[in-house]
Amino acid sequence: MNIEELEQIAKAVRLENAKYDHEVNVCMDLACLSQHADRLKDALTTAIAASGKNVLIRKTGCMGPCSSGPLVRVDPEETLYRHVDASHAEAIVASLGGEPVPGLQCDLNEHFELQTRVVLENAGYIDPEKIDDYIARDGYQALLMVLTDMTPNGVIHRVAESGLRGRGGGGYPTGLKWGTVAKASGNLKYVVCNGDEGDPGAFMDRSVMEGDPHRVIEGMAIAAYAVGASKGFIYVRAEYPTAVARLTAALRDARRHGLLGNNICNTPFNFDVEIRLGAGAFVCGEETALIASIEGRRGTPKPRPPYPAVSGLWGKPTLINNVETYANIAPILRKESKWFSSMGSERSKGTKVFALTGKITHTGLVEVPMGIKLREIIEVIGGGVPGGHTFKAVQTGGPSGGCIPAEMLDLGVSYDALVKVGSIMGSGGMIVMDDTSCMVNVARFFVEFCMTESCGKCIPCRAGTAQMFTLLTRICNGTGTMDDLDLLVELCGTIKETSLCGLGQTAPNPVLSTLKYFKNEYIEHIVHKRCPAGVCNMEATVPAVPMEVSA
Amino acid sequence: MSKLKLATVWLDGCSGCHMSFLDMDERLIELAELVDVVYSPIVDTKEFPAEVDIALVEGAVASVDDEKKIKKIRAHSKMLIAIGDCAVAGNVPSMRNPIGPEAILNRAYIENATAQQQIPCVVVPKLLRVVRPIHEFVNVDVFLPGCPPSADTFHTALTALLTGAPLDIPALTRFGA
Amino acid sequence: MTTDADVKTLVIDEQEVSARAGQTILEVARENDIDIPTLCHLEGLSDVGACRLCLVEIKGSNKLLPACVATVQEGMEVSTNTDRLRKHRHAILELLFAERNHICSVCVSNGHCELQALAQEQGLTHVRLPYRNPELTVDASHERYTVDHNRCILCTRCVRVCAEIEGAHVWDVMGRGINSIVITDLNEPWGSSSCTRCGKCVQCCPTGALFDKSKVGDDHPKYPDFLPYLNLMREAQ
Repeated sequence: MNIEELEQIAKAVRLENAKYDHEVNVCMDLACLSQHADRLKDALTTAIAASGKNVLIRKTGCMGPCSSGPLVRVDPEETLYRHVDASHAEAIVASLGGEPVPGLQCDLNEHFELQTRVVLENAGYIDPEKIDDYIARDGYQALLMVLTDMTPNGVIHRVAESGLRGRGGGGYPTGLKWGTVAKASGNLKYVVCNGDEGDPGAFMDRSVMEGDPHRVIEGMAIAAYAVGASKGFIYVRAEYPTAVARLTAALRDARRHGLLGNNICNTPFNFDVEIRLGAGAFVCGEETALIASIEGRRGTPKPRPPYPAVSGLWGKPTLINNVETYANIAPILRKESKWFSSMGSERSKGTKVFALTGKITHTGLVEVPMGIKLREIIEVIGGGVPGGHTFKAVQTGGPSGGCIPAEMLDLGVSYDALVKVGSIMGSGGMIVMDDTSCMVNVARFFVEFCMTESCGKCIPCRAGTAQMFTLLTRICNGTGTMDDLDLLVELCGTIKETSLCGLGQTAPNPVLSTLKYFKNEYIEHIVHKRCPAGVCNMEATVPAVPMEVSA
Repeated sequence: MSKLKLATVWLDGCSGCHMSFLDMDERLIELAELVDVVYSPIVDTKEFPAEVDIALVEGAVASVDDEKKIKKIRAHSKMLIAIGDCAVAGNVPSMRNPIGPEAILNRAYIENATAQQQIPCVVVPKLLRVVRPIHEFVNVDVFLPGCPPSADTFHTALTALLTGAPLDIPALTRFGA
Repeated sequence: MTTDADVKTLVIDEQEVSARAGQTILEVARENDIDIPTLCHLEGLSDVGACRLCLVEIKGSNKLLPACVATVQEGMEVSTNTDRLRKHRHAILELLFAERNHICSVCVSNGHCELQALAQEQGLTHVRLPYRNPELTVDASHERYTVDHNRCILCTRCVRVCAEIEGAHVWDVMGRGINSIVITDLNEPWGSSSCTRCGKCVQCCPTGALFDKSKVGDDHPKYPDFLPYLNLMREAQ
């Protein structure tokens, strides 16, 4: 495979697509699929055949506004239909070439206007199981260009220049990480893609892996070239069977096209990727635990240093990046690095994909430029809180993050700004809460999550999260005291400062941030035995046991 | 100078702490120079006095009766001292917590009884679902762990508290001592 | 490079000390009679940095480092006993006591227990956190030894000594978080497991979780000091 051959494939696909008068794209991502998008696609296929029209039907990855699904987009008109079911198939096919089907159109111009699609540029436009579709949209161009025109150092320099930071949550500068691995001694190195997305309410990485798997593989191959690795692993949680299937198919196709394997593009560069499945442990998203899991050991973190960049998989230098980080690589190299750094804020460049969920009108996947105001994401893109309720807070960063109250909605989204208000960017989950959410109960929910997902290795996280949960439960059921609250705060401090890995170190964040902005709700529960949102049951006290129990 | 009023209380425990207290032997006479024992299993007062300077509490809180008592004691005592592991940490009485009070009652009054296999229903107070140390119910001023704290520990600690001398409890005793 | 460059000088608790490059802060501190509390660390076994009691402060950094795995750096200034560290150690010990059923008075290791001794040394007179009192089992199926999960603090010394020194890897950890538990083989009863009956795990156990049946009701001190000697003799061979 070389650039010319790649261009030929792209040209052939474009020519083939041009033969059709219309394209009917059906979103087959999980949310739409769960509402029978597969039956809808069958009905559309039948209707197209019956109509005799010259129409291409294609299954695609996530189109974004999941709560409006199943979604169908007709091109070239770019008509988006929402809540489509099989009964609409004939009407949609009949309308092709004429006026759109009345009453079925998805009028979400505002929703899309504020978004900038980089990572998701192909999602909704290509069939994720067809490598040619990806190639036709400039896929693998960056890899071949890098292999034939650039030095590894040049690649690292370009990535560093773009200002890209790790999208897994920590926000570590990607170029710097690549440089460290490149400089680490040893000629056996690994690149790892962290697809162990596990935050409640987060599905960005799944949508990327399912909707555009080649993009991740291309990013990994470029990274491998830059750091001098010849072997890669994609660590995906087993709860994502579709992602695993599509990645497996994508790897097979990439190998067949000579884009993975030995002497890629007739250069001395060898690289192949293996998929490893996670067994359902959230902590395996932590890089040292992930390494242990890939090696076949119990997924528990270990103290750093040494960092994986120096001693990772089987003691070799290992580059670990998140799915979304790799998904940003190809466009950064294909375009000018200034193009990327022109988007976003001072220290947070590019775009970020968020999974918008909770008490919001348009739940789904959105991609916005960094620096955008939270208010714009929630009120414009998300369409605000439904049902006449009022917005209370938005939780970012999952169980490691915090709740941001209404008065801070004008905050521009960036790594540093979110940390400043007591939350984190995290991997991109965004859970919106309204006046029917009890913030103490929300904190308790996240603490319970951390408690059940703690690996149990270090004491502060193992026993500390369980104690936080007990104290929060007391407060929620009306038996908590102000002493319990003081103890809780003290415990938060110890867990934060002494836990071994990020899971424990950030587990108190939901408690601390709700305490910071919604302390009055805690006081109401404790002093007045009242849950302001009406969520908590305050009569859950345990009765004493009389002696005359039945034998 | 008037003597300080000392009370000692026995909740859910084995009375070993009181035995250890009595093991101070002749030093009790010295102690009697400083305090009046106004309430205790070893004196005949029936009601907890209205004003007590120091209350020594042995035993964990295991029943509704214990809970009532400890709250009353706290309300009428200037200084409350938890003595022994049961009062400090739950200790042996709390070993029933993992299996629950029903299992304990059945084992004691039904399974192990050779005659009259009945759980008593009068006089004996209701059991709390879990046995807790006293500081989970009331504020405790001093903790004196040990099972039981030795007579020397009692003597050193009480002398220090009564005379205002510095007191380093971890140097004297520990859990299970 | 000369060998001189492999010697580091640093300051621990205002005391100037020297160390070989690659030594841990804990090793160097103990060589100089500076006490840092530990529970999961045991000389002769690999370190896991799990108990977090050996966390120390490094001047110029807000992050606390586990002394058992953090290696010495030239010019480092280490504090091992600040208010902040004492507060955290206190809290960690409280978490341990409240986690399972540590009833010292009726424990086979009463008087010989590292957890009990550490609580006294750190001035812990009571536990403010609610006791969890979980229902846990005692496995007495082995002809010589017993495991009482009520007393286990999950330090994993047994797991490591069995895998690293005895080479049998009978012990491991099952489950996660607060439900973690040490198991023999694939959760077989200890008595019918592939245990070699060497007893190293019992000697390494810091609490009364693993004990020798023949010592019940008797003094049950443990002697984990055989490990460094055993390692030394093995290396000599």
